[in-house]
Amino acid sequence: MTVLEPTSAPRAPGAAFIFKKALISALVALVLFSLMIGIRTEAGPTGQLIYWTRFGDLAALVAAVFAGSIAVELLRWRWGPVGMVRIVPPGVTSALALARRAIAPLLLIFALLVPVIFYDQRYILDLGILVLTYVMLGWGLNVVVGLAGLLDLGYVAFYAVGAYSYALLATNFGLSFWICLPLAGILASLWGVMLGFPVLRLRGDYLAIVTLAFGEIIRLVIINWQSLTGGPNGVSGIPRPTMFGIPLTPGDDGLAAKLGIEFSTTHRIVFLFYIILALALLTNWVTIRLRRLPIGRAWEALREDEVACRALGINITTTKLTAFATGAMFGGFAGAFFATRQGFISPESFTFQESALVLAIVVLGGMGSQLGVALAALTMIGGFELFRGLEQYRMLVFGVAMVLLMIWRPRGLIGHRAPTVFLKHSQEISSDLVKEGHG
Amino acid sequence: MDYFAQQLINGIVLGSIYGLIAIGYTMVYGIVGMINFAHGDIFMIGGFIALISFLILVSIGLTAVPVILLIVLLVSMAITALYGWTVERIAYRPLRHSFRLAPMLSAIGMSFVLSNFSQVAQGARVKPVPPIITGGYTLLDQNGFVVRLSNVQIIVVITTIVLLLIFTWMVSRTRLGRDMRACEQDQTMAALLGVDVDRTISMTFVIGSALAAVAGMMYLLYYGLVDFYMGFVAGIKAFTAAVLGGIGSLPGAMLGGLAIGLIETLWSAYFSVEYKDVAAFSILIIVLIFMPTGLLGRPEVEKV
Repeated sequence: MTVLEPTSAPRAPGAAFIFKKALISALVALVLFSLMIGIRTEAGPTGQLIYWTRFGDLAALVAAVFAGSIAVELLRWRWGPVGMVRIVPPGVTSALALARRAIAPLLLIFALLVPVIFYDQRYILDLGILVLTYVMLGWGLNVVVGLAGLLDLGYVAFYAVGAYSYALLATNFGLSFWICLPLAGILASLWGVMLGFPVLRLRGDYLAIVTLAFGEIIRLVIINWQSLTGGPNGVSGIPRPTMFGIPLTPGDDGLAAKLGIEFSTTHRIVFLFYIILALALLTNWVTIRLRRLPIGRAWEALREDEVACRALGINITTTKLTAFATGAMFGGFAGAFFATRQGFISPESFTFQESALVLAIVVLGGMGSQLGVALAALTMIGGFELFRGLEQYRMLVFGVAMVLLMIWRPRGLIGHRAPTVFLKHSQEISSDLVKEGHG
Repeated sequence: MDYFAQQLINGIVLGSIYGLIAIGYTMVYGIVGMINFAHGDIFMIGGFIALISFLILVSIGLTAVPVILLIVLLVSMAITALYGWTVERIAYRPLRHSFRLAPMLSAIGMSFVLSNFSQVAQGARVKPVPPIITGGYTLLDQNGFVVRLSNVQIIVVITTIVLLLIFTWMVSRTRLGRDMRACEQDQTMAALLGVDVDRTISMTFVIGSALAAVAGMMYLLYYGLVDFYMGFVAGIKAFTAAVLGGIGSLPGAMLGGLAIGLIETLWSAYFSVEYKDVAAFSILIIVLIFMPTGLLGRPEVEKV
């Protein structure tokens, strides 16, 4: 990070200026909320719409906007103009560099130890499984969006394909989780290729809308093909995974009985935790390895400039298709895991919101940074959980957080690019310097 | 044949509503180059505001339907336009020169904010309204097959046509329209020549949102209900319409809207209602395979 001295201290804005700005914001808020908050409508008992006024709430909200606007102005003045680089003492810089190198192994060790530390806390274990599922999805989508630069808004489709593959294979043919897991991955990657073919020629936002449409098509087909998928009722009674044939049940052939320990439902949760941890690490490992292979380099080249790629003789078709297939395969694995963990799946779990959430994790993580994606998943899902009590406001807060995070760090939490190939030493550069083609 | 004529009428009415929303998408895309994911929710907000202002006007004893409709139209256009302006100001302007995905994610976030805001503010249940405009004409009546054109349908189509004419005039003849076209071609050059780019972009959002508000009100009149979730599906369809017509092209947006409306209606009439959205999306994918820039879009010039 370069260190620059600000040429002059920012001048304090006058009180009148701040007041005027706050007044305008409050006025705008008054108009915006006048009908939406001030009047509450509801269908009455006879089907007739009734309404009542809530001017108290309206006044409180407008006052809050007024106060908030003053606070934001004052903060902005204190923090100085946008783009000013703060001076960081060298000691802190080196400490930060050390922390950054240490954070990945520390996180990994922590993740491995979670079931040991929080053995008694079912809630934390469940949350950990959820976070790891999203870490895995984020890493999977990272192959498509972060590495190959193909904007995919329908990633949840592959998650759904994986989940339904396992659910249907297991409930109809009685196949075990460990046989279905690779099958789910293969099926999902086939769908990835199927999506990939038509969109080969599309770029940027056209690609985004087609992938979105694809995700919606898959969801709508799942809802409407009732004879196969059970429609909106979903598939229930999905078998739990076994530890290589030994079920984790209280019966005589269960794992607890064989090991001679007392049965506890926590065993299964811990087992699931380690499965998803292993799957996520597999995703990460494969991605890191692939980045060093010609195909991974072709992905990154494609992200930076598609035209140049073509000029250099890189086969765009196979490059794009493999990216879609690889990303989709990991989505399929995660889906199969989701199905076995929940024991029940329905189309409601595979809405556009999930795609948006996973995409937000990837972008917030810094597009291509494996560590960034993990941290972003932890932040988003963990933050999401904090608001579990406020069920009604949860998505609202999530949306606000998404907007604020994007404004605060448009390049994501880890906005640095480490080159895959280098001559003498790896020099990280800020992503702001990376000019991406519109792939 | 009668059945087909009836479905054609229904499709055109639905297509007009989609077209009005699609214009907002295509305008914003043309100027800022981003998918305004929150636009569908702006449409939903427009519907809600129309509903609430309608309720107030009726309860204070106004009975003249044309007066009510006019006031509701103006109020919902004004307030919804302010929503569009605020959304641009808060969520998009700080990210204007950021990299491509940032404004899009912020738009998705804003879409969640708007839909959940109205869920929190107005409750999750569907809000029905009694039919405001009744009556209509029977165009054809033979062998029990009746082709009807209701007054609501006439109003929807006429409003759409009038708005489109005003809008086309504005883009092609006024100072603002010229500024908008200039910003669309080259923002830096436009700014150098004295165009206030920020203001022009804000006005684009204001106009797009006002049109979405009209669409919201028409939806309310036509279907007689609003709910907080309707913005998402309508938004995706309208965006599909904009892409189908060639994003960035205004006549394309209207054409795409009509196409999507007709496909949806005819598919539900002749094949299955459940798969109407699948049909619309599949058509989108097929059109894009053979015409990657949509029906009326300009081919993108690749520069190295």
